[in-house]
Amino acid sequence: MKKLLGILLITALVATGCASGSSAGGSSAAPAEIKIGLSGPMTGDISDIGQSSKNAAEMAVEEVNAAGGLKIGDKKIPVKLVVGDDENKPESAANVFQKLINQDKVLGIIGPPTSKCANAGAPIAESAGTVMVSSWATNVNVTKDKKFVFRACFIDPFQGLVNANFAADTLKAKKAAVLYDVASDYNKGLAEVFRDEFKKKGGEIVAFESYSTGDKDFASQLTKIKAANPEVLFLPNYYNEVALQLQQAKRLGITAKVLGGDAWDSPKIFDLAGKDLLEGTYFSNHYAADADNADLQKFITKYKEKYKLVPDATGALTYDAIRILFQGIEKAGSTDKKAIRDAVAATTDFKGITGTISYKGSGDPVKSAVMIQITEGKYKYAATVNP
Amino acid sequence: MSYFIQQLLNALQLGSIYALIALGYTMVYGVLGLINFAHGDIFMAGAFFGFFTAYLLKLPLIPTLILSMLLASALGIMIERIAYRPLRKAPRMSLIITALGISLFLENFTRATLGGQPRSFPKLLEIQDFTFLGASVTNLQVVIILVSIFLMLVLRYIVQNTMIGKAMRAVSDNKEVLALMGISLDTVIMVTFGLGSALAATAGILVGLAYPVIDPYMGITVGWKAFIAAVLGGIGLINGALVGGFILGFIEIFAAALLPSTYRDGIAFTILIIVLLLKPTGLLGRPVIKKV
Repeated sequence: MKKLLGILLITALVATGCASGSSAGGSSAAPAEIKIGLSGPMTGDISDIGQSSKNAAEMAVEEVNAAGGLKIGDKKIPVKLVVGDDENKPESAANVFQKLINQDKVLGIIGPPTSKCANAGAPIAESAGTVMVSSWATNVNVTKDKKFVFRACFIDPFQGLVNANFAADTLKAKKAAVLYDVASDYNKGLAEVFRDEFKKKGGEIVAFESYSTGDKDFASQLTKIKAANPEVLFLPNYYNEVALQLQQAKRLGITAKVLGGDAWDSPKIFDLAGKDLLEGTYFSNHYAADADNADLQKFITKYKEKYKLVPDATGALTYDAIRILFQGIEKAGSTDKKAIRDAVAATTDFKGITGTISYKGSGDPVKSAVMIQITEGKYKYAATVNP
Repeated sequence: MSYFIQQLLNALQLGSIYALIALGYTMVYGVLGLINFAHGDIFMAGAFFGFFTAYLLKLPLIPTLILSMLLASALGIMIERIAYRPLRKAPRMSLIITALGISLFLENFTRATLGGQPRSFPKLLEIQDFTFLGASVTNLQVVIILVSIFLMLVLRYIVQNTMIGKAMRAVSDNKEVLALMGISLDTVIMVTFGLGSALAATAGILVGLAYPVIDPYMGITVGWKAFIAAVLGGIGLINGALVGGFILGFIEIFAAALLPSTYRDGIAFTILIIVLLLKPTGLLGRPVIKKV
């Protein structure tokens, strides 16, 4: 048995040795496979987000490979996805990026979905000259002053603006309160833009309270918010914390309308918070599953069949992100990373399932957002907000 | 006024939870002089024992609580037997490093077997709201506060009035002489870990009820804060754990209530550092006299 294993191992080694030997003949020669990296929180506090990125990316890779792979020159080359677990920790994301770029020699990286990890990975991708397309990282700094860093989603100021406009124009609120995680870039970015934009609209921010990641008790801050008597409470936080915040807000008798950001978007939020607490709340999102878009509906049906789950926004955005990269590689027509970067940067009117994406001189796409209302445990499309 | 009372109640709830976990740290330290860093993770394990007992066996609150306490005791005793006992004669530093290792092991083992995603803790107690002097109170808050005070009294009784309690005090006083008196050191230490872990499980379930999102890392932050509460009150002293827990709860809640909440932890810990600078053995601790 041992002998047999040994022989197998040697054969495998020789085979891979040959494969890498043939690809080492200069950048113009096509490699045996195209490696694409994926960084996401496969484990840790928001592992659902990582799983859905992985699911969607695997689905996109399977679709491409079913058609023979990506077309480079006149040859079709299959794609291989290399998944790294960033545990939603910046230091792990940095390790994942180093490994994907230096060991696995990937042509491009998808993710990380969260802003704090994307901020840790982006400088590494930039200095290595490897294209990174984040699916879900909405923090401004991720792409700032970088040539190789792109994303498939809109940015925080836009979500803060969407919520502020929605609160002021649609809900006709005059007084708003905010409770956010000060230790996380994403939450802080949304909260600050909401505050500034809501004030610009003539509204008043009656309470602007914060906590740190991992806190479970928000009673002190919420009691303060209740005393300020707001009409709208903005909770730009991740779904696991939102569940506790809604529960404690209700216990303390806060009746304000609750708004949130796209970090609410996980089917888990219903398990954790329960339908009743979520009834009538709103959040801004990248797409609405009940939107009228044939490609999107096709994606949702296929995803449901394959994974028995409704895809969340991270899944949909990962699917767009990886296909933007695929399109870039095919347009570049080579495995030269600089050429791929130029092709991705030139993306115009890419028909994504989360909207039409164009890059105009920066890594941030020009696209619209939607507001979703939760009613009877379901997402319902409420409004579209254009840039 | 009702605002102040509401914040007071918030502080009492948070303080009770810190106190309950701090009791476990303080007991093990009092008997063995060991800071059991794995205690926060036994607390997490206790919450998960409660989660599975309630979901799989569909037991109501009290049986869930008892079963989880037993399971957590078994876990605590097992950890002591496997990890700490072989090192009993080793330098103190080896034990502390081992405790940190056990802590990381419990977190990652739970994550590897159950997954890292947060889970919703079953609602074992029908939550009822009522108004008290203009502030909203729930029956759960009252239960949490009473349970922590009750358990502290039970623990005090055990330590002060029973044979095993006497033996515990003897261990903390002088291990060598204890053996000469015909008392089994292993039994005393086993009971200490069992009791401490049962307390952690109780806290785990109460926290699960009050903050019904549990995950394998839930013990880290709370564990550290409870440890600080134990040190603040005077580690090794049962009253100290309660005093430290409540004071930490009050400082945290009122720091956030009176000042911008961004400063919450900063101010809480600054006050703690000042207290410890002035009284290094904690608020209730007596100065240690080292015999040469």
